[in-house]
Amino acid sequence: MIWDFEWTFQVLPDLMRGLAVTVQATLLGYLIALVLGLVLAMVRRIPVLGAIVHGAMEFVRTTPLLVQLVFVFALAPSTVSALTVGIVVLGVHYSAYTAEVYRSGIEGVAKGQWEAARALSLPASRTWGAVVLPQAIRKVIPALGNYLIAMFKDTPLLLAITVVELLATARQVGSAGFRIVEAYTVVGFLFLLVSVPSAIIIRRLERRYAAV
Amino acid sequence: MDFLIERLPLYLEGAWVTVQLTAGGLALAFVLAMFFGVLGTRPGWLPRAVATTYVEVFRGIAALVLMFWMAYALPILTGYQLDGRFAAILAVGLNVGAYGAEVVRGAINAVPRAQTEATIALDMTWFQRMRLVILPQAWAQMLPTFGNLSIELMKATAVSFLIGVADISAIAERMRQATGETVLAFSGALILYFLIAQVLIFGVRLLERRANRRLGRVPPGGKGILGLLRPPALTASGGAK
Repeated sequence: MIWDFEWTFQVLPDLMRGLAVTVQATLLGYLIALVLGLVLAMVRRIPVLGAIVHGAMEFVRTTPLLVQLVFVFALAPSTVSALTVGIVVLGVHYSAYTAEVYRSGIEGVAKGQWEAARALSLPASRTWGAVVLPQAIRKVIPALGNYLIAMFKDTPLLLAITVVELLATARQVGSAGFRIVEAYTVVGFLFLLVSVPSAIIIRRLERRYAAV
Repeated sequence: MDFLIERLPLYLEGAWVTVQLTAGGLALAFVLAMFFGVLGTRPGWLPRAVATTYVEVFRGIAALVLMFWMAYALPILTGYQLDGRFAAILAVGLNVGAYGAEVVRGAINAVPRAQTEATIALDMTWFQRMRLVILPQAWAQMLPTFGNLSIELMKATAVSFLIGVADISAIAERMRQATGETVLAFSGALILYFLIAQVLIFGVRLLERRANRRLGRVPPGGKGILGLLRPPALTASGGAK
């Protein structure tokens, strides 16, 4: 078994295209997770509705993303593309995690801040928007960053619902060229190429913003 | 409902495979996490470099990519075909072990320095210090994150159906193709996963209580049996991933 460099460089553009799909799905899914997670964290403070939302989040968090993907994909109307389904499921799944992160940040805001907002009779929108969230979110930025990396590493699961991302591309070109070892090994390296630098950036962020 | 009851034996077969994969993965991950975690706290650059390399490499590659590599690339390289289940256990174990190693390292470093100094004053060997003083204290701190990691590992085993292992997910997918009952087929799988996760959460909480009691601390959630029902703690750093 000899490593075929020529072939490796030949398929690299294809793999890079796959990587672009992976990155696209990650970023869009992350956007959903960031926004929906914040909404869920705020809804969880409402008495009855909060408990229901918490239960649902718990269910989403303790069941495999892969099964959720295949499930939703099977139910989705055929007009919706597989990539869209993947992005939405990825985003919703991770919003169950980011909601917990936001919650810990919100609970970390000193009680006096809430009381001060109440004493100044600020409306709820200003209490959240100008007092609580700016302090809460600042503290959880590194933790949120960790989930970006986690999500990036979960996107290969999209191949189960026919999205041609990095791993699926490798499977295609690898079996077409009978060069499975090269294809999957390059995928491993591409993953490291993205996730190791991002891990370093997050460690920097952690040092800059005090973690909760 | 009849649909699921009729097919319960099949689902239980799949659940048994998932439980086996989870147990195997947890055992491997635990050993790796302890070994590389302790290695990361040793003085000198070499042990630390080895530990960091392991953590960064296996944390950086997705479990699915690792699994594909072991199931498809390894047989070509070595001429030896791994059993699908074994490849799955290796992949999730190596992956989660890397996260666990960081948890172990962090927990050991978080034990107050005075504890180490006391053991030096008592002329304990490194091994005695670890076994009798440092690890029991670090253990109580590791457990909550280990609980989250064990659920992540259980969820990661679902991926093995893509390399042909007949776990819960594979059964659900087969059921869907055979009957077309998408909602029912997958609801059954999701509920089984949820139940296995609850067992894991409960088990880790029992361990947590024991660890805290051994240290003479009141476990979080209080002493009573009701303390076991408190909502699980999720660390803000998301220890899991």
